[in-house]
Amino acid sequence: MKLITHNMLTSKCLKGVVTGYPLAINATNIKVTEVDFNPEFISRIIPKLDWEVLWRAADSIGHSDGLPQTIEPKFEENSDFLKKAHKVLLEVEIEEGNLVCPESGRRFPISKGIPNMLLTEAEVQ
Amino acid sequence: MSRRPEHQAPPEVFYNEDEARKYTQNSRIMEIQSQMTERCIELLLLPEDTPCLLLDIGCGSGLSGTVLEENGHMWIGMDISRAMLDVAIEREIEGDVVLADMGEGVPFRPGSFDGAISVSALQWLFNADKKSHQPVKRLYTFFSTLYAALSRSARVVFQFYPENESQLDLLTSQAMKAGFYGGVVIDFPNSAKAKKFFLVLMTGGAAPLPKALGTDEEDEHNLQVKYARREASKRARGKPLKNTKAWLLEKKERRRKQGKDTRPDTKYTGRKRSGRF
Ligand SMILES: C[S@@+](CC[C@H](N)C(=O)[O-])C[C@H]1O[C@@H](n2cnc3c(N)ncnc32)[C@H](O)[C@@H]1O
Repeated sequence: MKLITHNMLTSKCLKGVVTGYPLAINATNIKVTEVDFNPEFISRIIPKLDWEVLWRAADSIGHSDGLPQTIEPKFEENSDFLKKAHKVLLEVEIEEGNLVCPESGRRFPISKGIPNMLLTEAEVQ
Repeated sequence: MSRRPEHQAPPEVFYNEDEARKYTQNSRIMEIQSQMTERCIELLLLPEDTPCLLLDIGCGSGLSGTVLEENGHMWIGMDISRAMLDVAIEREIEGDVVLADMGEGVPFRPGSFDGAISVSALQWLFNADKKSHQPVKRLYTFFSTLYAALSRSARVVFQFYPENESQLDLLTSQAMKAGFYGGVVIDFPNSAKAKKFFLVLMTGGAAPLPKALGTDEEDEHNLQVKYARREASKRARGKPLKNTKAWLLEKKERRRKQGKDTRPDTKYTGRKRSGRF
């Protein structure tokens, strides 16, 4: 699971959970792969992100080195900033571990890079 | 027995390891899925030359996602079959995938996606594979959470295989209830082989549906407008609905014209018998 997905993913489908965001990350295995850099895509996606959540997520798995804590003004023209964002959003992946719902404490396992968000019958709204 | 996969087993059982591998290695399937995905992208009307973030619902092994990548977009997929997603990972897709059941809701933050596609998956929602499954409720949960996960003005295009007209009704009514506008576009409606159904849903207010492919000039008007309107015009154009009184009277008139022995029309014609005879 990439951090761009983590930035969008919630546990709000759980019965009784209101926002279910952000999910806490417990990672036991992280992988970094190279992905083609597309500055246009990164510039477009930045305003849609919750940057604070991204920074904390990166920090919680030891990948916040050099990543600014806030979005820099004129980020579209700042290729250094865009590259750092690209790296944490698309190249860092959680292979094994779990996600934790901030409201209910429910854990969603991540295995072979895929988070399992399936609910039990009793958990469906 | 029915050949529809949905009638054979729940999706996460039907798409097991064997099926996932067979599905993804079949060059004919690959070609069809990618053609249909191209058409979905066309119907999405995304801003030109702009890399978008898209959701692929029922992404499976990533055949549809690969086409999104080829068109310059980033995607996140959701699917209920672990085996299909494992194959997607093996194929080194650029998108990212989540194991989730669309009938339980779309688990993303409001406004996450610029658009969504779904290729050959929606018909599975008509199944009731567990005791607790109510298709109407699952459809509504799905559409309402999908609506929330889209950015304003985003569209969703589903290519799917409806089984009958009432499924089309149910889909459109639940989608409208969730806030969407839109309807069904039917490409090549007169060809048994090439005929394809696309449910096109819009978030940004009513807009004309895109044109269907392979329809006659003069027919065009009737064939790709909103599904509900198409139905109404069929009724208006002539034949009364089967088994109604009007239908029976017309049938008797035809028989008389053909010189066949026909009982006279009375006030009892077309009434339900009381069953006392
Ligand atoms: C025919 S495959 C299509 C896969 C991919 N879109 C493609 O074009 O190759 C249908 C997919 O829908 C998925 N599916 C069926 N029901 C689902 C549900 N309730 N939630 C999520 N995915 C579902 C199946 O697991 C399967 O991978």
